[in-house]
Amino acid sequence: MPRLKRRFNRMSHLFLPLSVLVVLLIINLVKGADYFKITLINGVLYGNIPNILFGASELVILSIGMTLVTAASRGQDISIGESGAISSAIFVQYVLRAGNVTVWTILAGFLISCLAGMVIGAFNGTLVSFFNVQPMVATLILFLGGRSIAFIIDGKVSPILANPISNQIGTVIPGVPIQTPIILTAVFIALVVVVLKTTNLRLYVESVGVNPSAARLNGINPKKVIFLTFLIMGVCSAVAGFIAVNKAGRHDSVNLLKFIMMDAILAVALGGNSLAGGKFSITGSIIGAYTIEVLNRTLLRLEVNPEAIKAFKAVFIIVLMIIASPVVSAYAGKLLDRIKGITTGYSPGQEVAVSAVDSSAKKEK
Amino acid sequence: MQPEIILKMEGICKSFPGVRALDNVDFVLRKGEIHALMGENGAGKSTLIKIITGVYQKDAGQIYLEGRPVNFRSPQDAQNMGIGTVFQEIALCPNLTVAENMFIGRSRDAFVNWKQMNQRAAEMLDSLGIPASPTQELASCSIAVQQMIAIARAVDMDCRILILDEPTSSLDEDETKKLFALMRELKARGVGIIFITHFIDQVYEISDTITVLRNGQLIGEYPTAELSQIELVSKMMGKALSDISAIKKHEPPQTDESVPVFAAKNLSSAAGVRPFDFAIRKGEVNGFAGLLGSGRSESVRAIFAADKVTGGEVRVNGQMVKIKSPLDAMKQGIGYLPEDRKVDGIIDELSVRDNIILALQVLKGFFKPLSRKQAEEFADQYIELLDIKTPSLDTPIKSLSGGNQQKVILARWLLTHPMYLILDEPTRGIDVGTKVEIQKLVLKLAAEGMSLTFISSEIDEMLRVCSRLIVMKDREIVGELSGADLTEQNVMQLIAQGGE
Repeated sequence: MPRLKRRFNRMSHLFLPLSVLVVLLIINLVKGADYFKITLINGVLYGNIPNILFGASELVILSIGMTLVTAASRGQDISIGESGAISSAIFVQYVLRAGNVTVWTILAGFLISCLAGMVIGAFNGTLVSFFNVQPMVATLILFLGGRSIAFIIDGKVSPILANPISNQIGTVIPGVPIQTPIILTAVFIALVVVVLKTTNLRLYVESVGVNPSAARLNGINPKKVIFLTFLIMGVCSAVAGFIAVNKAGRHDSVNLLKFIMMDAILAVALGGNSLAGGKFSITGSIIGAYTIEVLNRTLLRLEVNPEAIKAFKAVFIIVLMIIASPVVSAYAGKLLDRIKGITTGYSPGQEVAVSAVDSSAKKEK
Repeated sequence: MQPEIILKMEGICKSFPGVRALDNVDFVLRKGEIHALMGENGAGKSTLIKIITGVYQKDAGQIYLEGRPVNFRSPQDAQNMGIGTVFQEIALCPNLTVAENMFIGRSRDAFVNWKQMNQRAAEMLDSLGIPASPTQELASCSIAVQQMIAIARAVDMDCRILILDEPTSSLDEDETKKLFALMRELKARGVGIIFITHFIDQVYEISDTITVLRNGQLIGEYPTAELSQIELVSKMMGKALSDISAIKKHEPPQTDESVPVFAAKNLSSAAGVRPFDFAIRKGEVNGFAGLLGSGRSESVRAIFAADKVTGGEVRVNGQMVKIKSPLDAMKQGIGYLPEDRKVDGIIDELSVRDNIILALQVLKGFFKPLSRKQAEEFADQYIELLDIKTPSLDTPIKSLSGGNQQKVILARWLLTHPMYLILDEPTRGIDVGTKVEIQKLVLKLAAEGMSLTFISSEIDEMLRVCSRLIVMKDREIVGELSGADLTEQNVMQLIAQGGE
């Protein structure tokens, strides 16, 4: 029993993203009871759930990297979409120049794009960790210039990636009932789990994020740890770019993964992570990422005008953030106390009523 | 004649999940009284203060302010009722002027009459004898003056009760004297002052009455003049008198002719200590003595390479080694408990378990994490060994009391089995009971063959623990004392005369 309770406590930060997810799913169920229905078309599973998993692949992968960067550097990388656009441009060029496209060509191209992602991560990481540039300012450079670089690599507008293997990566491999991006995302998550289990990444990143000075005096080099998280972020961007470009079948340097950093940061926050760094929950961010995808699709399903979707989303997020804020939870706690007081017959009537008459005139504690 | 009672608290109870922080506690504060609230960490002092200031709501009991029952629902309530609080960390704005700090946020008008404000501030400062000018930037005042300005601000809010929570912990002797003069002035004006401190001498210097709490219970209220220091300590600790006087002076282990465990020559660091020589033998406890800012912390930081090492030769067990980073030092078997626990020691959001295993884990390396089971076993072992009071292994360290946090950091280093452990102010800001435990532990470790450097601001504590003292002044070593020469008198003399 205590063990169960302890486990529950450890999961408490997942309460917000999970409850939002549940609320969204209920809204969808009310709209149409067949929401969870999955159909088999040509041996592949389709339906709302597979669509969500398919659609959120890139975001999930990026939100993992963003979680680590946020935790260690206490800031965010806003160049992840651009970074993905550059590394996938390199992938596309490699494949297009290879002539005969085999699985090995794709794999080599993928690895090269991962390498490119790491170079970009190293660039951002160097600025942040060794030159102490604020993460958002450091990554602003590539946010602004990244798509031009991607375009220069492309050499023309939207080169087409037309080969059967890319098509299979972007959609389905014959004989496999699940869409490939979903599988790739699952494999990536599994890899991250393995890394977290076999290394001290969590302990190092959290220590550096919470107290870099103490971490240093315990033998951890905060600069290296922050640099490492940006390297990992670079790989995440490359993988996300790889999936996105194969899904699209062409490399649109202007729109590929456009503004996805906003959703990734939101996924991190929704997952119960502090954007000021420190302790982190990758599970939370992953759930957060899927929640955002569900939200997007729910708005579409409720036939909100596509032009208005962003406004609806914004309102939804504001409400959510206010509910999750410490101010509200403190107030809820007080309200609960008061209700308890009434039910136990506690009467404050005899006491001098001391209401905060002019709280504005007094210093807030 | 009994002075008028301002604040009376009866049967106050307060529980937190799993802890009964206050159990039926009574407390009385009279007009013009300086009342010391004493107790070890976790005794319930802070909880009681937070109930008086409206931060917490009491579970049961009654509070009377000048005879009328009251209930503080928020800190604003308490402030409106004339209760002012000054905490250890000064909650003012350093970049504003003194007058602004005294009056800001207290006017309902959108416009400020600067002239009038500065004039009122000047009158206040003058009447309280605070050496500051109203238009001076707060940051340019010394910490002590800043503290006094915080008090002036509290007092001007028509305060009848002033709570001072560890106001002297960052002040030197002279500054403390000035603060006490201000407290006496307020006392003469009829303000009731609740004073919390870890410095027992200061309690006897200034307070009229002492209330002792222990484990959330009231032990008693005593006139200061009628309670001896040793009685006070024994009441706080809940131990018989004989137990306390039993901490006897340390007998230094026989130093043999063997090679020193650690030796440095002309060591210097970027933090600005003069190049110095240093050596420590197996099983030896030595210490750096000197005033605050004399360079004692900088010296040990140089040994651990906590600051950038700029020169010097280091030998470990006679072998030349290069120590360029804390990790290098750790690999050579050196541990370092830093002076500032909050800034350099604890990783406050992480669990007690993670905080304990941190140094060992780093030594093992990035790719060799301890299993959860292993980590929990290690943590449990040291929690028991050092008697660390924590609800669970998963509790964030920030929610432990100061003494227990310090024990966690100690556990962290002991777990690495260092051959040489540096303890910089391990007993600062922690309760008497834990202090004694730590001193005993240091002697026990030395007896087992560990070498230790022990630094403390309290000279008698160092005399009790160390067999050799290196005396520093103005970032330079001015002398060394050991054996029969090791007396408080000699240390003082060296500090006073040294370097001339």
